[in-house]
Amino acid sequence: MDSQINETTRPHITAKVEIPEQRSKLHTEDLQVDAASKSGLEARSVHAWFDKHHALADISLHFPKNTVTGLIGPSGCGKSTFLRLLNRMHEFIPRAAMAGEVLFAGNDIYDPGVNPIDIRRRIGMVFQKPNPFPAMNIGENVVAGLKLSRVKTSNKDALIEDCLTRAGLWKEVKDRLGSAGGSLSGGQQQRLCIARALALNPEVLLLDEPCSALDPGSTLRVEETIVQLSATMTIVIVTHNMQQAARVSDYCAFFLSDGGPGQLVEADLTTNIFSNPSDSRTADYVQGRFG
Amino acid sequence: MLTNVPDKRSIENNLTRVDKVFQNLVTLGAFFSMVVLAAIGGFLLYRGFEIFKDFGFSFITSSKWDIGDPEDTSTAILGIGAMLVGSIITAIIAVVISVPFAVATALLIEFYVPGWIKTILVSILDLVAALPSVVFGIWGYAVLLPLVEDWSVTIEHYLGWIPIFNVPSEIFGRSPLLAGLLLGLMIVPIITSVAREVYSQAPRDLIDAASALGGTRWGALRAVVLPFGRSGLVGGTMLGLGRALGETVAVYLTLNLVFEINFKILASAGGNVASLIATKFGEATAYELKALMAAGLVLFLVTLLVNFGATMIVNKSRKIV
Repeated sequence: MDSQINETTRPHITAKVEIPEQRSKLHTEDLQVDAASKSGLEARSVHAWFDKHHALADISLHFPKNTVTGLIGPSGCGKSTFLRLLNRMHEFIPRAAMAGEVLFAGNDIYDPGVNPIDIRRRIGMVFQKPNPFPAMNIGENVVAGLKLSRVKTSNKDALIEDCLTRAGLWKEVKDRLGSAGGSLSGGQQQRLCIARALALNPEVLLLDEPCSALDPGSTLRVEETIVQLSATMTIVIVTHNMQQAARVSDYCAFFLSDGGPGQLVEADLTTNIFSNPSDSRTADYVQGRFG
Repeated sequence: MLTNVPDKRSIENNLTRVDKVFQNLVTLGAFFSMVVLAAIGGFLLYRGFEIFKDFGFSFITSSKWDIGDPEDTSTAILGIGAMLVGSIITAIIAVVISVPFAVATALLIEFYVPGWIKTILVSILDLVAALPSVVFGIWGYAVLLPLVEDWSVTIEHYLGWIPIFNVPSEIFGRSPLLAGLLLGLMIVPIITSVAREVYSQAPRDLIDAASALGGTRWGALRAVVLPFGRSGLVGGTMLGLGRALGETVAVYLTLNLVFEINFKILASAGGNVASLIATKFGEATAYELKALMAAGLVLFLVTLLVNFGATMIVNKSRKIV
């Protein structure tokens, strides 16, 4: 697949990145459509501040339903900040502020009438560091979200099995659901955290560098999980791993900060970002020339 | 089998001169407080030994305090049973009242209020902690006493059928409840300060995880912060309990000492070892003074025991988390 990199138009590109097969028929135009007419999640002219520090400027990005979007860019360019803006986790940071709109199913999640707890229930999140609750066992961890958001379930055991299966962890832990979440390996813990997020049946799943603390084998299994989940939910993943972005995402958005606030350089089909980006900075970054 | 296994080498850690001096310095400092502790215990034991020899275990179990003929020590009957039980009852009341307030205050300060209010609240708490106990005492006597008297009448009226709320004498006033309540107010800052410290250490990523799962703020605190801070809270509570057991002046002003074991917390009759010592010290006979020293030793040991218990509980719960 190296041939997909057009070396004649981009002679400065030397490294080769493997480009995955396109998983479905996707169109660049999907990124520009109005969220009101399409379902999914859309950020419109979003800005973020931490106190006086302007961290993120004017990001507009649409995440089409049931696709995987990778957010890439060097450290400090505001990817994680942007991700946390998408499910109202941003406001937990003291003196954090934002501007713009985030439309979810056509409605602004920052509308004063919206209950942020409801938003976080429908837009799940998995963090960089695996963080199962230490005082709970594996099974309890899976259904922790139900308990926290006081959602009743008729068949807890079936839900635990279903979520762990979808997170690709069931076979490994089915005989020890009663042991502590912390007794699992890092990769297993991260899949447990994914299972925990799935238990609330979210429509969107936000993943903040979910594999950065994992070994290659665990990374592969988490990636398989992501691809499977994308059949039924919209996924946004922040990653520093270019190969990972190429492997799992349908779309990629490249963020960059030139010392000022982080900005969106471009967003496109993942194949385009890696083979034929429209901005030379994107090409430099995905080829590992900086960052 | 491996053959030719070498002998273990000894690893010498030669400290530099500066390190050696510093090590001796900190060792000296650490020993100093232990020496002081041992000296106090030894002194009390030395001065009170005769009492333990004369009364044995009944000094702790009996409740009579009668010096008899001042010239003849064999006529004296001395026991601090009621005082000891009273100390424990007032301390327990104090802890039961203060812990919920302390936890609420700590959570409020750490998780609900903006930074500038936090600063104000913390300095107010520090101020309360630094308030002399005699000030607490006179405030308790002048302000809290009439209030508690009123409440006690009401509680006795409705809940008098429960033994501890029963007051046959119908005399309320300077009761264990009043002293306990006052002690409770005094130890709130101590427990709050320790609780705040541990709650602030609760892992941010776990709080985030709970919030991201659609948890309310209270839900996240309950799922993450409270279990995380449990051992610290126990430690802080024991610290408060230690203070409540040893507090003298505030109790002296707000508790009516009666030499009879009494579990009726609303009645104007209670006991307290520290307050006993303060009450009797001024005009004690030589023999009675020895008994007060012995009482001091008992209080000293109980406080040590409480602190030791606290350490055990904290270590144990730390292992679980």
